[in-house]
Amino acid sequence: MSKRTLFLTVFLILSGLFSAKISASEPVEPEVSAHDSLKSGAAHHEAKEGKIDMTKLAFEHILDSHYWHFWGEGEGTVAVALPCIVYSNTKGLQFFSASVFHHGHEAYGDYLLEEPNIVSNNPEEKIYDLSITKNVVQLLLSSALLLWIFISIAKAYKNTGVTSAPTGKQSFFEPLITFVRDDIAKTNIGSKSDRFVPYLLTVFFLILINNVLGMIPFGANLTGNIAFTLVLSVFTLILTNVNGNANYWKHILLPPVPKALYIMMIPLEIIGIFTKPFALMIRLFANMTAGHMIVISLIGLIFMFETLLISPVSVAFTLFIDILECLVAILQAYIFTLLTSLFIGSACADHHEEGHSESDAQEIL
Amino acid sequence: MNTLFILISPLVTPGIGLIFWTTLCFLLLIVLLGKYAWKPILGAIKEREEGITKALESAEKAKLEMKELVAGNEKILEQARAERDAMLKKARETKDSIVNEAKAKSKTEADRILASAREQITNEKNAAITELKNQVATLSIEIAEKILKSELSSDEKQKQLVNTLMKDVNLN
Repeated sequence: MSKRTLFLTVFLILSGLFSAKISASEPVEPEVSAHDSLKSGAAHHEAKEGKIDMTKLAFEHILDSHYWHFWGEGEGTVAVALPCIVYSNTKGLQFFSASVFHHGHEAYGDYLLEEPNIVSNNPEEKIYDLSITKNVVQLLLSSALLLWIFISIAKAYKNTGVTSAPTGKQSFFEPLITFVRDDIAKTNIGSKSDRFVPYLLTVFFLILINNVLGMIPFGANLTGNIAFTLVLSVFTLILTNVNGNANYWKHILLPPVPKALYIMMIPLEIIGIFTKPFALMIRLFANMTAGHMIVISLIGLIFMFETLLISPVSVAFTLFIDILECLVAILQAYIFTLLTSLFIGSACADHHEEGHSESDAQEIL
Repeated sequence: MNTLFILISPLVTPGIGLIFWTTLCFLLLIVLLGKYAWKPILGAIKEREEGITKALESAEKAKLEMKELVAGNEKILEQARAERDAMLKKARETKDSIVNEAKAKSKTEADRILASAREQITNEKNAAITELKNQVATLSIEIAEKILKSELSSDEKQKQLVNTLMKDVNLN
């Protein structure tokens, strides 16, 4: 099977390169016609400028939006306008649909849509954009999905009892749940792990499901959004420090170094409290964003070269990256959960356990 | 460079809206999933694991008990065998003693019978010998009588006898 896949990939790459060469050596007319067909098809308004702005397109793809965009540009756009909620210090809470902006072409009162934000023209007005954006919709959907999946699994346990073998969803998720409980929580936190297992399970499955949904076409890049990862890592920061025991604080405020170095070590240790969750935030954000960026760039090759003949290369590489992203989706959910439990573990561990888990943390970091 | 910065800056600027909604959703998820999903699921998994551990333990226990039972059976069998052997041995001994006793008894009886028979025979023999002696004596007297009668039936013969006897005496 793997040999076959490899062969297919190599074939697609080679045929792509070959066809690209042929197209370069061909007379100019067919290329122009391909160019025209592209322009007339997908890119209506950009066609006037002559080229699609791939950079803009890529960032639009990755960033949040007040529309759920499916396909098409300009007049042919198929997109759902999402509800906007704006809190203004002068006008209070306001609700309206994103359709009032006509895809950013028109202003709504003082407000302008500058994706991913709504901004106010009025310099005296300060607004907070609390809109149900594309990412928020996916967040709500994924939360509902998680609730449905796991509450029905819980019911299955209640209905069939504990002695019967798990079936369906139950048998798919049970190994994952026991994996989080035993290999992530118990290994890194130790005897106090039971308290944190529900939190870690929630984090793991929320990240996992959104990583996966983000990979599906039309899905939103929620886990590649820094606001989302920020919130999760702030929770990690809070949990770690709230559960920090005397050993943990002693290590930070009275580090085991000569007293003369305290002036350097204590600020470093305090910065260290924040760098750990900060790295967590950046890691998830960067990994997911990078994956999406690579995919859109590979697809963008077709538009950049302005020939359909490059598409085998794009498709082959996109397929490869997508498979890689499947791995990354699971891996990043795992790493985020693992590091969270590691930080909690190092904060509430007994003295003899501390050195061990900390060296593990450094290895992974 | 400036355009790149403008492009990237929204990417790394967390939006207040998403922060708000994520926090809300996440807290809700932690509470709801914690209460309605993780608690029963983790409880059920734990219960099952404990059940499995218990079942394994009791199986092990049953195995040990079985082993003990088998060992007990063996012991009882061994005991029974020993008892049987002892009984057999005792029976054999009893039989031997009875046989020996009977043998001894019969031998003395036989000896006694033999002795009495021998005594009787001796008595009979003696009686027969005595009778025979008496008869021989009687016969001898009769014979002597007859011989004397015939010898002394004529005078001549009497003379002859006296002569013979006299001859013998003459020698002296």
